[in-house]
Formats: sequence, structure tokens, C-alpha cells
Amino acid sequence: MKTFATAISVSACLLALSVALAKPRESGKQSSGATHNFDPAVYAELQKAPGKARAKQNPLANDPEAAVAGGILFEQHCADCHGEKAGGAKRGPSLRVEQVQNAEPGAIFWLLTNGVVRKGMPVWSKLPEPQRWQLVSFIKSLSASAAKTETEQADPETALAAQSKPQ
Amino acid sequence: MPIRTLLFPAVFFILLSFFVTHLSRAQESPYIVTYDHYLEEPGNLEIEYFSTFGTQRGGNNFHAYWAEFEYGVKAWWTTEFYVDGQTTFGDSTLFTGFRWENRLRPLKREHFINPVIYIEYENTSGADKILKEVEGHDVESDYAAPNSVLRKEHDHELETKLLLSSTFKGWNFAENTIVTKNLSPSNPWEFGYAIGASRPLGLKASAKRCSFCPQNFIAGVEMYGGLGDKQSFGLHDTSHYVAPVLAWNLPSDWTLRLSAGFGLNDNSHRFLFRWGVSREITGFGEMVGRLFGGHK
Repeated sequence: MKTFATAISVSACLLALSVALAKPRESGKQSSGATHNFDPAVYAELQKAPGKARAKQNPLANDPEAAVAGGILFEQHCADCHGEKAGGAKRGPSLRVEQVQNAEPGAIFWLLTNGVVRKGMPVWSKLPEPQRWQLVSFIKSLSASAAKTETEQADPETALAAQSKPQ
Repeated sequence: MPIRTLLFPAVFFILLSFFVTHLSRAQESPYIVTYDHYLEEPGNLEIEYFSTFGTQRGGNNFHAYWAEFEYGVKAWWTTEFYVDGQTTFGDSTLFTGFRWENRLRPLKREHFINPVIYIEYENTSGADKILKEVEGHDVESDYAAPNSVLRKEHDHELETKLLLSSTFKGWNFAENTIVTKNLSPSNPWEFGYAIGASRPLGLKASAKRCSFCPQNFIAGVEMYGGLGDKQSFGLHDTSHYVAPVLAWNLPSDWTLRLSAGFGLNDNSHRFLFRWGVSREITGFGEMVGRLFGGHK
């Protein structure tokens, strides 16, 4: 019985520790304004990609199925953090913004490979290179204009207010 | 009492699997003993069940099992809690202890070789037969005694590992160096190793959702064994195993793993058949935080 009680106590301690550590991370990523807007500085990580990595071309750029396969991979591995439509969620920023859409494919590939470990994004080198390039194809297929439309559809009142606001 | 103890993780696993909807497709490695450098995604909980069937000369064959609760605290820190048990055929079923493991990734970015520091505390009995690692002078005959004798021995161990792992052209190569100290007095430092190589059967993902696509299967091989202790370092009186391994990452969020291990010398169990099933729950930390009135 003593061992059982010990096991339960350790489980409870781990759980409590997890909760304590999880809460600041979530609250820290919330920002004012529209839902799940992240500090634009988060996208600065893309600028840290070395020149050699940026210069890499997507070998699957002409593969019509790459973005489709990448979409399935995104749903499986990325949507939980970045949102089902890559528009951002509590744990990860939008990938539809111009900082991402205008980034070189090589820079996105580099970020996927290396993650941003200290800021919560894991490394994704466990996905083979072709799958990471398929993800890049999918991400690049998302346009910034689609993001605008999505925001308007998601929150029409905010969009209306923005339109009626004097310039 | 032992059965009731083992029911706890089982019931917990079943409840979570059925009532938690935020499940995530994992890309799990096929290794059962070796660790690569990939940690759990932050906030996610992976619940795993593993089983080892082992042959035993000079005693009864056994079926040892463990449940793992693996949580990504940070992208650079994964913590894991294990509950172990075993059934020795013709003898008895026992709860054999628990382990608390932590893996820490010191480097921010990917490198050709990626180190991870592993620290584990074990509180197990001598009847523990999961063979999650082989170290020191662990040999088959250690497990031959009846459970009533083995359970009287208690191990409080601090186990450290240096995990080194590389990924190249779809292949993963992992090497683990094990250094263990039984915290009871007069026990020397013990050493062991585990190495592994694996590769997905398909490197490109299919444009269709599928269960049997090659990219869902990862095959490999791992080898592990003891390297003696501080007083007698080396291969004498040690056991070693080689095991082909296979993981099947199902689109339904489950991962199945199989491993057939073969003893490489007379000190090793002749055959260890292992299998495991796991499921990952996304946003577990967030969910628990909400339960306790945290961020809405």
C-alpha cells in the first residue's frame, strides 16, 4: 500500500508542476487586439536563418501534390498550435501573415528544422526532408489575402468597425 | 493489491483516450530502449503502454509491462513517469516500482549530433523485469529466482544518460551512454549503452489520407547491453541484445511498436518480444490548467 501511495503522490506532484509551468506559457502568449494575435517580433526568428539556408530552393516547388500532402501533414502536426487554417491559435502564431508568406522557402524550411526551442516551438527534423518541403509548399500556398478574408469572416463586427473607422 | 495498483494507469489511460478529444498524430520513433533527441511537444501528454515477454533459462518465462506518462513541459524539457509490473508464469503478478525521468535539451538548434541529458530516479524492486535498459553486470540468471525472493531487494537508483542523435537523409542514428548509481551504500557506478538506427519506409507524405502508406511505418534496429561497473569495466559478465524494431504511426492518433530482441551471448535472455501502444493528447497542460481555474 505504501508503494501505491508513493506512486499516487509522485503523480500528483508531477501534475501540479505541469500545471504551474503551463499557465505562464499560455498567458504569456496572449496579446491584445484580435484573437491570437502574436507579437510581430515572433516572426523575427525567420530572419535568423543563415544565408545558405535561405538560398535553398524547394525541390518540390513544381510538384502539384506537394501542397496537398503538406496540408495533411500540417493538420496532423501543426494545426494544434497554429490553428486549423494556419491563422494562429493560443500556442502558435498565424502563418498567413506577410512575414511568413514573403519569407524565402529556405528560411521556412530552416525554421521547421530547427524550431524555436526556447520559445516553445519544437524541432521538426524528425519529419524527413521531403515532408518538411511539402509543409513549406503548403505554407506558401496560403496567401495573406486569404487571412484577411478569414479574419473578416471570423469576426465581422471587428472588420466592420475597422472599415467604418475614419482614416 | 498488485492488480489494483496496475489498474490505476490502465483506467487513467482508457478514460483519457475516450474523453479527451484533442488528440494529435505523433511521429514516434520505433525504438523501445534507445532514445533519440526528439522531445515531447510542449503541453502534450503521451500515454504509453509497453509489454515485454522474456524467455528465462533456469526459471519461468515472464511478461513484464509498464505504463508511461510523458509530458512536454517545455520544448527543451520532457518529463516522464513510469509504473512497472510483471507476471512470472507459474509464479505471481507484482507491482515492481516506479520511475521518474527527465530529458533536457541543452542546445537551441539542430546540429549534426544533438545531445540530450537524461536524468532518472528509479524506485523498483529486484523483481522488476521490464529491461528498459541493460547496465552493469545485468545477466539472465539475475531474474531466475522466484518473485518472493526477488521482491525483497529494493533498488533506489539514479540513472543518467547522454543521448546523442543525428538525422541524415531520413535516417536517425542514436547512441546512448548509461551511467547508473544505486543509491544504497556500497554499490558501484554501473555502465551501459544503447544504439539504434531507423528510417521511415517512405520519405514523402502521400497526398491521400491513409493508414498503410509507407511514410507511416518506421523500421530500424537497436542494440543494447551492459558495460560492467567502476570496479570491473568491460564486457565480461554482461548481457547484450540486438532487436529489429518497427513503429506504425496510425492516422487515428495511435502508434504501435514491435520489437523482437535476441540475446547475443550466454548471459542474455534468448528472446525478448516487446510491443507497445501509445496515444498523444494535445494541450493536456492547458486542459488541466482550466480544470484548476487557470486561463480561460
